[in-house]
Amino acid sequence: MTAIVSLVVALLLLWLALWTVVARDAFVAVAGFVVYGLLLSLVWVRLAGIDVALTEAAIGGGLTGALLLGAVGRLRGTEAAAWSERSGACTRAFAVLLSVSVATVLALCVLTLPEPPPTLAPQAAENLAATGVGNPITGVLLAFRALDTLLEAVVLVIALIGVWSLAPDRFWGGRPGPRYGADPDGILTYLARVLPPIGIVVGLYLFWAGADHPGGKFQSATILAAMWMLVQMAGLSDAPRIDSRWLRAGIVVGPLVFVAVGVLGAWQAGAFLGYPDGWAKPMIVVIELALLPTLVLVLALLLNGAPARSADSPPAPGETSLSARSTRPMPAGGTRQ
Amino acid sequence: MTVETLFALCACALVGIGLYGLIVQPHPLRKLVAFNIMGSGVFVLFGALAMRGAAAGMAADPVPQALLITAIVVAFAATAVTVALLLRLIESTATASLADEPPSGD
Repeated sequence: MTAIVSLVVALLLLWLALWTVVARDAFVAVAGFVVYGLLLSLVWVRLAGIDVALTEAAIGGGLTGALLLGAVGRLRGTEAAAWSERSGACTRAFAVLLSVSVATVLALCVLTLPEPPPTLAPQAAENLAATGVGNPITGVLLAFRALDTLLEAVVLVIALIGVWSLAPDRFWGGRPGPRYGADPDGILTYLARVLPPIGIVVGLYLFWAGADHPGGKFQSATILAAMWMLVQMAGLSDAPRIDSRWLRAGIVVGPLVFVAVGVLGAWQAGAFLGYPDGWAKPMIVVIELALLPTLVLVLALLLNGAPARSADSPPAPGETSLSARSTRPMPAGGTRQ
Repeated sequence: MTVETLFALCACALVGIGLYGLIVQPHPLRKLVAFNIMGSGVFVLFGALAMRGAAAGMAADPVPQALLITAIVVAFAATAVTVALLLRLIESTATASLADEPPSGD
């Protein structure tokens, strides 16, 4: 029975991928990609990776989907011109040949993998108790391979700097994206008032549960970022100015605390990012607490995109009342300044 | 066939499908979607290898799984940078063409 489910999921995944790649309309392709991302999280469940499934559903399907859907809306006018440039039959035949050969070579490698398979699971299981966390994935992310996680946080910040640096000079220090103004009595505004409290609780639960159960800061940060985007899209709060100090401090606090803990480890435990005996769990909690605001801000701001209007652009009519401001979901205290 | 072999082979096909889209689709956004599909194929292959490494009472090797979480987040960051580049390209040239010579309509 489970074998049949796996087979159906695999075939559906291949069909969706093919559909997404050959669809003529870009919007259809992106919609297909969002469904593909959700289906992919089912694959992760089948592959015994609940943590990966949560990340895939939140980031792979959710955030990437939202990003691409936003881009499709602004690229509408360029599609027809691009279609006229599509490759000829000869190129397509060559592409089919190349793709099939690459897939075949990969498949041959898969069928001749070494037995028994190499694994680090016994070492991870043996040393997990020393880290004080119960979820092996969290143990790997923040103890055994903490350097990867540190570099990942740095990559996120660099990506955000890259996106911001694409702003035209006149908008530098301004706010990203359009100013959303939804109907104040509409369903979107209603949801943006009702959902964030629930979303924040779920996000923080995932954050805390990640120590011993599936979950963790990435999944949690994505949910919190999504709540913030919801409030922005309903026009209840504006995107932040990218030159505000609290914003920049929140973005770099994660990597800085991470590096500080790493240096402390070099001094106390004899290795960069080493934890002194018995201090692993508190150190991990400190790093995770510092990384959470960084991840929430960077994920949401990557979705917001490059600054596209100056900071003092007039607000759209009919929003940003005082009561709306108090529903702001940001733990860092919002843009009040 | 075990579930990990099934999805490993499925992943190989996904890499092929993504590569085809990357070459054939002319619009940069479509190339980006195709590239993401190709990347997800690599991720699934890696995940299948993680499941092959199940041992010590764990359903899968946690080390590659943790690296996959990192990879998914980094892939999102790279996609966001690409989308921002693309929007800027359209803003400054009013076309999304990647051709050396932009099509002249005269």
